[in-house]
Amino acid sequence: MSQKIKLVVIGNGPVGHNFLEYLVETGKADEYQVTVFGEEPLPAYDRVHLTSWFKNQSVEDINMVSDGFYPSNNFALHTGDKVTQIDRFKRVIISESGLEVSYDKIILATGSFPFVPPVPGHNRDNIFVYRTIEDLEKITAAAKNGKVGAVIGGGLLGLEAAKALMDLELQTHVIEFAPRLMAVQVDDGGGNMLSKKIQDLGVKVHTQKNTQNIGDGDTAFHKMSFADGQELETDIIVFSAGIRPRDELARQAGLGMGARGGVVINNNCLTSDNDIYAIGEVALWDNKIYGLIAPGNAMAKAAVDHLTETGTSEFAGADMSTKLKLMGVDVASIGDAHGTTPNSRSYTYVNDREEVYKKIVVSEDDKYLLGAVLIGDAAEYGSLLQFMLNKMELPSEPEGLILPSLDGSSSGIGVDALPDSAVLCSCMNVSKADVINAVEAGASDMAAIKSCTKAATGCGGCTALVTQVLNCELEKQGVEVNTDLCEHFAYTRQDLYNIIRVEKIKSFEELLEKHGTGLGCDICKPTTANILASCWNDHVLDSNLQGLQDTNDYFMGNMQKDGTYSVVPRVAGGEITADKLIVLGEVAKKYNLYTKITGGQRVDLFGARSEQLPDIWRELVDAGFETGHAYGKSLRTVKSCVGSTWCRYGVQDSMALSILLENRYKGLRSPHKLKMAVSGCTRECAEAQSKDVGIIATENGWNMYVCGNGGMKPRHADLFASDLTDVELIKYIDRLYMFYVRTADRLQRTSVWMDNMEGGLEYLKSVIIDDKLGLAAELEQEMSTVVDTYQCEWKTTIEDPEKMKRFGHFVNSKLHDENVIFTTEREQIRPAITSAKTSETA
Amino acid sequence: MTTNNKQWFDICNLNDILPSMGRCALFNDQQIAIFRVVNACGVEQFYAIDNFCPFSESNTLSRGLTGSITDKIVVASPLYKQHFDLATGICLEDESVRVNTYPVRLNGSTVQLAA
Repeated sequence: MSQKIKLVVIGNGPVGHNFLEYLVETGKADEYQVTVFGEEPLPAYDRVHLTSWFKNQSVEDINMVSDGFYPSNNFALHTGDKVTQIDRFKRVIISESGLEVSYDKIILATGSFPFVPPVPGHNRDNIFVYRTIEDLEKITAAAKNGKVGAVIGGGLLGLEAAKALMDLELQTHVIEFAPRLMAVQVDDGGGNMLSKKIQDLGVKVHTQKNTQNIGDGDTAFHKMSFADGQELETDIIVFSAGIRPRDELARQAGLGMGARGGVVINNNCLTSDNDIYAIGEVALWDNKIYGLIAPGNAMAKAAVDHLTETGTSEFAGADMSTKLKLMGVDVASIGDAHGTTPNSRSYTYVNDREEVYKKIVVSEDDKYLLGAVLIGDAAEYGSLLQFMLNKMELPSEPEGLILPSLDGSSSGIGVDALPDSAVLCSCMNVSKADVINAVEAGASDMAAIKSCTKAATGCGGCTALVTQVLNCELEKQGVEVNTDLCEHFAYTRQDLYNIIRVEKIKSFEELLEKHGTGLGCDICKPTTANILASCWNDHVLDSNLQGLQDTNDYFMGNMQKDGTYSVVPRVAGGEITADKLIVLGEVAKKYNLYTKITGGQRVDLFGARSEQLPDIWRELVDAGFETGHAYGKSLRTVKSCVGSTWCRYGVQDSMALSILLENRYKGLRSPHKLKMAVSGCTRECAEAQSKDVGIIATENGWNMYVCGNGGMKPRHADLFASDLTDVELIKYIDRLYMFYVRTADRLQRTSVWMDNMEGGLEYLKSVIIDDKLGLAAELEQEMSTVVDTYQCEWKTTIEDPEKMKRFGHFVNSKLHDENVIFTTEREQIRPAITSAKTSETA
Repeated sequence: MTTNNKQWFDICNLNDILPSMGRCALFNDQQIAIFRVVNACGVEQFYAIDNFCPFSESNTLSRGLTGSITDKIVVASPLYKQHFDLATGICLEDESVRVNTYPVRLNGSTVQLAA
């Protein structure tokens, strides 16, 4: 085998890391001996989402590196160690800690640093920049002793920093030199609207302010003095006045530099040295530095293609169009946002009530889109961007593209008209062709598209567009998107739910007669039973429901491989008295049941024959236990830590909340099982972020996370709302669960429901928190009906002699199934294997 | 084969088996799953097959859900959900697998199996 090529990657930010991801994707990573240096103590994290670090100060939320990525690819990663010299003569690099590593090729991805203008006083204490986790940690610490914070710079990052100061509960000011916010990306009209919206949120915006001095304050730590004679007192200052490339290493190595800094690169991202590439914010292409993630990734891809000769992509500049949410305000800028193209025309829509500003800039002949600014509502971003990037001809009267459609129809783009090369997702650089290929390879829903193309997994701004392409392609390829529940009902689960609600249908027979065909099956019967339970919450063994129940629901236990059932009483929050624990032990012993502690903090008892179930449950119910619904598509457990009652770190009573929640939602039948957890502090011992709804205590209340999952396809839950009171929390969970019950597919966990939801997390927030669909009261009412009609299914059953008759194994004999045979393992029973059964029964 | 010559044995009352459901009967030391299904024409019919599910190797077929798949009346195995044609015992997912079927009838209000 030939000698490996020695590759040194200098810089472990997002772009440096994505370079390595692309390298692995080529399949040629093992031809390289890779050494990576990162100046920061942590491996690559997602700087773009730095503000989300503030919400619960967990690095995990923004970590970019999947478990074992570096070791499993044999990449040597040195974090907390800065490269101080590139010796091109000896072909070695030298690090701060004294490491000397020889190289054949270098990837320079050192990024940029925040520019701090040399204002007198700029080096005082309590003045910060906003770039790294360390910066944020320092700001957080300083904020504890301050009341007022000011950000110098009203650009994109400055507003992000302002959001962080607001989250730290500082009275926040934004100081901008230009006459408007985000001067580069938006025009005057857009800037004004943006200022208005941000001031509504409580941030004071000061434009046309030139800071001339920072000195001691009278009422606060600093006093800022402006050129116009005005002053502002503030405890903390954050500079966000642009970035400068971290090019000192390249400068010292004698690489070609731009007049104002930056390492000059060509289309392959090669510097003036053919063995050194530069990518990301340190690189200067066509005299431009690109301060966004998407161009950085495109450079990383071009560098990988050139280095490994596995592709032909080149970096040929990047579109700087951008869409983001600043403090909850949608802001988007496309192309020539200022209309500087000679003879261009523009159309503007302003709505002061909704605080929406939209402008498009089009060519002289009205045929092509040149640019756009969208503030307050950026729904059209995806289609406008495609019009511009692909030079597609605009409809006549292009102003229709930004006018609100009064009939609710969308006047967007026909996705079929998009060329295959159209980049749908610029964060992950996914083209229409990539999506088409994925559909051809069998992907048939958004969850599959996301996992195989990564489209819509960055900022998510392209989700609607990608969904349209997906549906269009499925249709074209003759994949009939059959969403019928089964052959008996030409409806989706959601349709059936609405039919049952609206027509107040109470039985399967009625539903089948009015809307179905045939006799039904093992798909539609349990689904109907489930919906009927969500709506009317009658007992599972009521005469018109019992025949619809899957065996688990019918016997109110989970059938095991040998036909026996498990018995799982509810132990809300995992809290159990010694007396009750003894009862569980005594019952298990009496009926010789296998006993195991579950992950949901309760006890599973296995090996109960159907005819034993009523006796077992009578003893449990008499001792005060209830059914745990371990068998149902319903709430399983609310896992909890002990919280502030015992734990020295706990900040809220997670135990009391988990018991309250478990008792509230127990018995709710839903499209699939539901799991919850409550952690009493940010250490997250209850693992709430892997649950359908997870709650983590904060100093001020509860943070609510949604749509997480462990299991087959783990999904980290999304932060949904912060610092909620008990009342707000329960209101949101009520609405969320009933909305899920209403709209999810059969057996669709909340994680997949979310992945397939058009508009994703933001849409869900708008429905649940902002009540965009006007459903909130209805959803709460529906939940309250379910809560009020709760009954312990087992308690009701053992009180009814008719129901009790059905548990015998034989209809005509008291004998039991002699094929249920146990052997002993580790002092407990387990089902005998088939060969052992045969020899014993023969 | 003529059912007329068969000897019929009482198993249970009609009401012991709920509409569209099954129960297991012990008959000649064998476990037999009896199903009570209203067919598409609205006529109530009884079916009897082995209770033993060859896939899970457990005595569980009587606890499966009944229904129709195209024109066949079936039960779905409660463990792994294979469908068995109640009239023939043939597994729809794997036609090489077949469970036994047995003569069953309703005599007055009594469900009977034949030897």
